[in-house]
Amino acid sequence: MKTTSRLQRFGITGRGLVVALPYLWLLLFFVVPFVIVLKISFSDIDLAIPPYKPLFEWLGKNSLAIKLNFDNYAFLFTDSLYLNALLNSIKVAFISTLLCLLIGYPMAYGIARSKPSTRNILLLLVILPFWTSLLLRVYAWIGLLKANGVINNLLIWFGTIHEPLTLLYTPFAMYVGIVYSYLPFMILPLYANLEKMDWTLLEAAEDLGCRPYQAFYKITLPLSRNGMLAGSMLVFIPAVGEFVIPALLGGPNALMIGRVLWDEFFSNRAWPVASAVAILLLAILVPFMMWYQSVQARESAGAR
Amino acid sequence: MSISTGAVKAAPWNDPGARPYVQVERITKSFGDFKAVDDVSLKIYKGEIFCLLGASGCGKTTLLRMLGGFETPSSGRIFIDGEDMTGVPPYERPVNMMFQSYALFPHMNVEQNVAFGLKQDRVPKAEIAERVATMLDLVKLGSFAKRKPHQLSGGQKQRVALARSLVKRPKLLLLDEPLGALDKKLREHTQFELISLQDQLGVTFVVVTHDQEEAMTLASRIGVMNQGEIVQAGTPSEIYEFPSSKFVADFVGSVNIFEGKLIEDEPEYVRIASEELGGTIYVSHGISAAPEAAVWAAVRPEKVFMSTARPEGIDNVVRGAVQDIAYLGDLSIYLVKLSTGKVVRVTQPNTSRHAEAITWDQQVYLTWDPSSPVVVTR
Repeated sequence: MKTTSRLQRFGITGRGLVVALPYLWLLLFFVVPFVIVLKISFSDIDLAIPPYKPLFEWLGKNSLAIKLNFDNYAFLFTDSLYLNALLNSIKVAFISTLLCLLIGYPMAYGIARSKPSTRNILLLLVILPFWTSLLLRVYAWIGLLKANGVINNLLIWFGTIHEPLTLLYTPFAMYVGIVYSYLPFMILPLYANLEKMDWTLLEAAEDLGCRPYQAFYKITLPLSRNGMLAGSMLVFIPAVGEFVIPALLGGPNALMIGRVLWDEFFSNRAWPVASAVAILLLAILVPFMMWYQSVQARESAGAR
Repeated sequence: MSISTGAVKAAPWNDPGARPYVQVERITKSFGDFKAVDDVSLKIYKGEIFCLLGASGCGKTTLLRMLGGFETPSSGRIFIDGEDMTGVPPYERPVNMMFQSYALFPHMNVEQNVAFGLKQDRVPKAEIAERVATMLDLVKLGSFAKRKPHQLSGGQKQRVALARSLVKRPKLLLLDEPLGALDKKLREHTQFELISLQDQLGVTFVVVTHDQEEAMTLASRIGVMNQGEIVQAGTPSEIYEFPSSKFVADFVGSVNIFEGKLIEDEPEYVRIASEELGGTIYVSHGISAAPEAAVWAAVRPEKVFMSTARPEGIDNVVRGAVQDIAYLGDLSIYLVKLSTGKVVRVTQPNTSRHAEAITWDQQVYLTWDPSSPVVVTR
């Protein structure tokens, strides 16, 4: 008891500590790295280790030079590569999200409406792929999709085709990889939402003259809007910056912003430009996240 | 206790020529080996409030859901207004249901909820607006039209649900425990509102309830259900005063049941010897039972008189000691323990504020009118 009172004299309380921990976490692993990246994005490239010039320079005689270089950002807009990569990333992420929604919704719905005993097994099956590393699973897709891979061999064996199809290193393969990898992130929030759904509402709708598909469209769909939104954000935001899957499955012309970032950083050693790309990407994603947050907040304040 | 409704003044169920509005023909619903509803036949007439009364799990809700089309009968047929409803889905039945949970659509306001069914039927916009407004006025929710369900109290939600199911002018309205979620005072009030609403609109109601008081208040007739069967159907007073079995006598209201044997069986009277009672019961009407058969005499607590002085006669008189007293204000309940160990329940109205008090452990005599006992054989 004595120690707590002594701690309290310094303004440290249990409650304060609990609240402070996540803030500390965010400060250490989000704010500090962000500031570092932001700082690099404003500096000049240099042949040194690390490969950029410092922002702040002590010139002696009580003067400090701060040199902010906006060239990196200007460069992103002069070379169409970056903008194209960005737009392409958004396009790929958008289509992937849509595909995940189309595939994930029926799955989540099916799980939510199944018997509680089978429900747990189905949920386990959704989560199970996470037990293996993402990289391994993407490599497995290479084995499935390559010219003499499982799919082509099967199709030839069935006589459907005579020449192997080019599946790997195509946009198709990339979409397969992204949708496959992100599908659980769509299914789980959707399931959590649909699981809370009061199914007598559907009976009430049918009672009032709705055919089952109309009841779905008028009742289930609007009531699961939050789940769809949460799932879509969880797929869209990481998919925009996705690097591994397009690099492994997408082939040379899969121009994604994550790949550009990688190339700038590791191949070109252009840390300042890479940082500028990262900041730009974040600036584009933040409005989406804020919109999502505000919708969530409004919903939880409104209903119940 | 029983306030009969004015909805059906004549008694069409006594008229063999009357055409039933809803006809349930030998309906059975099995879930695996379990028969939730077992060979039930029913005739419900236009303008009735028919209550299905029973404990939970007796099959009353399953029967209601089959009327609504939410469950398919394993065998048997249902006719509504002469039309065979077999295979007709809920959205095509001339029937609406008020769900126990109300099942209001949370993303729509009161007005949209009520208008939902009409929109679905593509009723012209102007007519929808008019009918919704009329219905909301009828349930006294006119000023709540723009509220969302979560902004309403339990009683208001109940009215929205009622308005939503009535606005389509169904031939038959099914109500699943319509007042179950309301508190006692509100429930009583709403019961009478429901009756007057039904009277105004003339819609036939089928109500499922486990609350016998609710059934007594609302119903033109009650069907008492047990283990998937309708054990007795009749007006509230028939059910209460002339129960056909021990189960019904016991389920509807409270009752003292004495097991005994017929010792005299005449057309005008019977005399029953009951070991449980430690005496004889004289009943002033004949019954149909095999001689020497085991019978049960049921006497309602309010029909038992209690006195400190020994009443005249030897039949229908027993002596006991007051074991417990519950004072309820309008009446008091006495539990009187007989020398045989049987406890008899007696209710007495507290007609005077300063009644001569009978207290705990006092020796009292119990008696009843020879016309009071109901003799049942099962």
